[in-house]
Amino acid sequence: MWRTATVVAVRDETATARTITMEVPDWPGHLAGQHVDVRLTATDGYSAARSYSIANAPNSGMRVELTVERLPNGEVSPYLTQELRVGDQMEIKGPVGGWFVWQPQQTEPIQLLAGGAGLVPLMAMIRSRQSAGCAAPFRLLYSVREPEAVLYSDELRVLSENDRGVALTYAYTRSAPKDWPRAPGRIDASLIANTSWSSTAGPTCYVCGPTSFVERASNLLIASGYSPDRIRTERFGPTGEQR
Amino acid sequence: MNSHDYDYLDGNAAAGELSKIFVMDMTTAEGCCMHCGATKHFAEAHLYVKCPGIVARCAVCDEVLLRLVSIGERAFLDLRGMTYLRLDTSQLQ
Repeated sequence: MWRTATVVAVRDETATARTITMEVPDWPGHLAGQHVDVRLTATDGYSAARSYSIANAPNSGMRVELTVERLPNGEVSPYLTQELRVGDQMEIKGPVGGWFVWQPQQTEPIQLLAGGAGLVPLMAMIRSRQSAGCAAPFRLLYSVREPEAVLYSDELRVLSENDRGVALTYAYTRSAPKDWPRAPGRIDASLIANTSWSSTAGPTCYVCGPTSFVERASNLLIASGYSPDRIRTERFGPTGEQR
Repeated sequence: MNSHDYDYLDGNAAAGELSKIFVMDMTTAEGCCMHCGATKHFAEAHLYVKCPGIVARCAVCDEVLLRLVSIGERAFLDLRGMTYLRLDTSQLQ
């Protein structure tokens, strides 16, 4: 069932990513990690739909937030990140997906691995943890191109500086801040060993990012002793359907 | 490996399309691959979307589990790659 969502706020996160806050009447609520389908219809009837992860914590009433990364040759993301204005409407369907979710009743340690915009559903899990006041210890390993591409940087800084139970490690792939201890590069076995929960701690792991990142990250986790059935993955890429 | 070897998503990404057909969330359903016998959550299947419709392949043996093509008002669903689906019926309560 498609619902009409009204944009109530937009916020630029980086030069290419924007968070869109919508109000959705009769929103049934969601779980951290779920996604929605978004449908845009032009005046000539042409419509395009895409899937986006929900960024906000579940107990936000009728509010749904998406953080959209602009794709260079995208059909929908340039509109969402550049043209969309407060008061505009679009159709959304969901929430969908019950597998890649974290729920506040989970008490085990949580390992999050994000590749680029793959942070979005993992951020919903962190926000869900904070808003529910959960004690489950979280660790986030965030692989990102460069400091300027970091999503939610202020919020992440507050979380990691104040010992809120969320330990954060950045892994820059292309350029790092001056004097950063690790040379830019893809995540590797030593980084996993030094920053992630040991498999003996019984963690559940959530990995989200482009498919190449997810493959590499989950292979490194398995090599470090994680059981494949404790690793949940979400690969993303263009999911367009055209009608 | 080149980037073409990673030309897939996971079953999670089919949640929206499958919700048009099934009452229950199919990504948490466990399906048994008729080719290799592996039983895994549908969310873990490899999903190919750059084709007319969607194709889900077994994450273990890479054989086809499901095909779904929508043409106009008709949907064609081929599930013969799975011998069964185990569903969490508590969702229906």
